[in-house]
Amino acid sequence: MTAPAAPPALQGASAPPRSNGELVFAEPWEGRAFGLALALHEAGTFTWKEFSTELAGSIARWERAHPADEEYSYYRCWLEALESLLEDRGIVDRAVTLDRAVHLRERPAGHDHRHDHHHDHGG
Amino acid sequence: MAIQTRTEESFTPAMRTEALEDILTERGLVDPKVLAGLIKNFEENVGPMNGARVVARAWVDPEFRARLLADATAASAELGYKGAQGECIVALENTDRVHHVVVCTLCSCYPWPLLGLPPGWYKDPAYRARVVREPRTVLAEFGLTLGAGVEVRVWDSTAEVRYLVLPQRPAGTEGLTEEELAALVTRDAMVGIASVAAPRR
Repeated sequence: MTAPAAPPALQGASAPPRSNGELVFAEPWEGRAFGLALALHEAGTFTWKEFSTELAGSIARWERAHPADEEYSYYRCWLEALESLLEDRGIVDRAVTLDRAVHLRERPAGHDHRHDHHHDHGG
Repeated sequence: MAIQTRTEESFTPAMRTEALEDILTERGLVDPKVLAGLIKNFEENVGPMNGARVVARAWVDPEFRARLLADATAASAELGYKGAQGECIVALENTDRVHHVVVCTLCSCYPWPLLGLPPGWYKDPAYRARVVREPRTVLAEFGLTLGAGVEVRVWDSTAEVRYLVLPQRPAGTEGLTEEELAALVTRDAMVGIASVAAPRR
């Protein structure tokens, strides 16, 4: 069932997300992080048990540390888990992700975010 | 000039996610079209109305109810609801004597094809810890007070097994159609922190 519109009887509390005013993701990056893990799982990069074990570990670490000045963010733990699993598998090193983040941050304003031509990373 | 720090803390999660997505799509590990479709589907299409239709069918069709309680994954698939995190769903039937409530103590395992992605309170550390220790208190805080004669059973979801609570059909709904019944069923009732109320007259 993929039709976005619910039959009239299912409006209100039982209507699909978004159409009932509920946002599944509080910020767009949460949806991206969610989708990346699911897409990698569906492509066979890892099993869901492997990911959820990593996620549980990430959540437990946050709960143990419980930074007083930091509100709990489920998707922050989710992202940690994804980065950690990809690093453990030798697929994407965290340092590579951070280098790319630096590169994206330093791109000129208004520059298309796709990394489709090369710049000198400049150490 | 200060050396730029390259620790996780110096980037917002949004920046780290964008960087990761950039690398994964560049390497062909993630197809941007597939990614966009997955996100859109969970943002707009998959939600508790799927589970509500399953519950309503079980209320009106005793044979479907029996199949649901025997194998909720297969029964849900009959209505077209299947997919990621729905590989092994177990239906728990509430009765006058037993009330089921679902949690995932370690993370947030949840029957996505039937209920969509979990709400904030389900993922919250307080709910995950407290509903196991003091389920009646937590349920009362959600507005559900159970009689002393009702046994409360708390089910901890895992990556392998997800649960759907089959709530009790409210009295006075004999004349309603299946579709009208489905409209009464809430997500909270299918997780077990609420009961289904009869429609107001």
